[in-house]
Amino acid sequence: MFEPVLLRNMDVADGHLLSTYEAGGGYQALAKALREHTPDDIIGLVKESNLRGRGGAGFPTGMKWSFVPKRAGKPKYLCCNADEGEPGTFKDRIIMERDPHQLVEGMAISAYAIGAETAYVYVRGEYVLAIERLEQAIAEARAKGYLGTGVLGSAFNFNMYIHRGAGAYICGEETAMLDSLEGKRAQPRLKPPFPAVEGLYASPTVINNVETLACVPHIVVRGPGWFRGIGPDKSPGPKLYCLSGQVQKPGLYELPMGISLRELVEDHAGGPLPGRKIKAVIPGGVSAPLIPERGLDVGMDFDSLAAAGSMLGSAGVIVIDDSTCMVKVATRIIEFFHHESCGKCTPCREGLDWVVKVLRRVEAGQGVPGDVEELEALCKGIFGNSFCALGDGAAMGLRAALAHFEHEFVAHIKEQRCPFH
Amino acid sequence: MTMREKIEAAAAAYPDQRSAIMPALLIAQKEHGHLPGPVLEEVANILGVERIWVYELATFYTLFNTEPVGMFHLQLCDNVSCMLRRSEDLLRHVEAVLGIRNGGTTADGLFTLSTVECLGACEMAPVMQVGDDYHGDLDIARIDALLERLRATVGKATGADLAAVAPPGE
Repeated sequence: MFEPVLLRNMDVADGHLLSTYEAGGGYQALAKALREHTPDDIIGLVKESNLRGRGGAGFPTGMKWSFVPKRAGKPKYLCCNADEGEPGTFKDRIIMERDPHQLVEGMAISAYAIGAETAYVYVRGEYVLAIERLEQAIAEARAKGYLGTGVLGSAFNFNMYIHRGAGAYICGEETAMLDSLEGKRAQPRLKPPFPAVEGLYASPTVINNVETLACVPHIVVRGPGWFRGIGPDKSPGPKLYCLSGQVQKPGLYELPMGISLRELVEDHAGGPLPGRKIKAVIPGGVSAPLIPERGLDVGMDFDSLAAAGSMLGSAGVIVIDDSTCMVKVATRIIEFFHHESCGKCTPCREGLDWVVKVLRRVEAGQGVPGDVEELEALCKGIFGNSFCALGDGAAMGLRAALAHFEHEFVAHIKEQRCPFH
Repeated sequence: MTMREKIEAAAAAYPDQRSAIMPALLIAQKEHGHLPGPVLEEVANILGVERIWVYELATFYTLFNTEPVGMFHLQLCDNVSCMLRRSEDLLRHVEAVLGIRNGGTTADGLFTLSTVECLGACEMAPVMQVGDDYHGDLDIARIDALLERLRATVGKATGADLAAVAPPGE
């Protein structure tokens, strides 16, 4: 029987308070880490656990940490990416609102591992309640000696601060987030240098997602073997899945990594709305290519979804039923990327502008023969040519809609109307 | 605390004053309702940073309003998860009830209506943010009740609260 750990305080009254967190064994992982382990031990444990980044890219967390130079001659920084903006994703908000100490403890241990004394949590500006709860948690933890000078009587000093974002999806891209933290417009940086060597204020910096950091205390207490024993060996651990869209029970689910998408949607989330059939599912936020209903028997982990031509991304699972027009879905998705394009590179900025114009006319019943081919050509011009993954994500999403539902685009153009209206 | 004191306190979290521009703009917007040129210059002066640095952030990030907005900024999500839960019907309803279009402000300066990108609360789609608060699982009846409640709070608001909201277009 799978035991949820990340969501264990979700339905507990006052789950966000230090007293609740401590009563459930909170901050024992930090105490254990400082008492029994060197920073390198912690990096070793996380490597051994095979924890991979929960923000979307799935990069091995322990390896990322090991890239930080031991002797930098500069302060090192830990940044938490809590700018959760991928449409269909709400897991990090719920962790911060209902169990923020899990993140604070995870950050303290992670900072100890990489040798950082300062951390910033970049929280999206709309998340006002999450910010309040996290502020309160940081204050409580500081008062109890879990943060500050000489954490729990050790030689480790650690302070963390919240940086409130102001509504830019691009800040989910880690180097754009660093520019934003430095007080600039959020635009991605050319890599290398990678943040581990030259990140925030040109100092060694590790950027991890909220859920990734929340896994760390559990790995320290329960051991890497426990973590690795859940789900596929190459992509293990407990995982948060955000279910939304046309499904009976939308919500946040904690289940093993690698669970079948069909089981997740049909059993856990109750399946389609009454009288409806599932048409397609977006498995990992709108950057992840949609999967038509016949492909739902796929494992929800980084490798299985990549093999199926999609990606786990942020595990924002959006269910689309047979009442929905896929041209409309594709248009809304591309309008989003167009709106959020930071403007730095031409393929993304101009390409998406062009794609939106074509999609809008097709949706409005004013498409012309050749529009499908034009969309494909535009995707080709954007994919692999944009400066960061934003343009790629948009092109991949549209390509999947065209590949699986081309007949709907063709019908709009032929009939000069939306067949769903 | 004065606005200057709040901004200086926020700036203490960073080794570089430039990093404090974003928090400073959020503080200034809370204080002034929106961010006209003179407020941006004040922020630049308090932090001792280039004015262009402040302007470029105020115009890049969508949470900063350089134009006035109504006392209640109705921010209705119309991204995919909300769209699949019929957020469009809600948009049309609110437009009809308030007599404004998406992006507009009511003549009494009470409501500005905007569609926004994903608010990260898709489990309660369709969702709308008003001020600091999220309102989820919305339908037409709930939206109507919410608008009623918001209007009722105005009845209790003081003259000073209302004066802080500039009429649109000024």
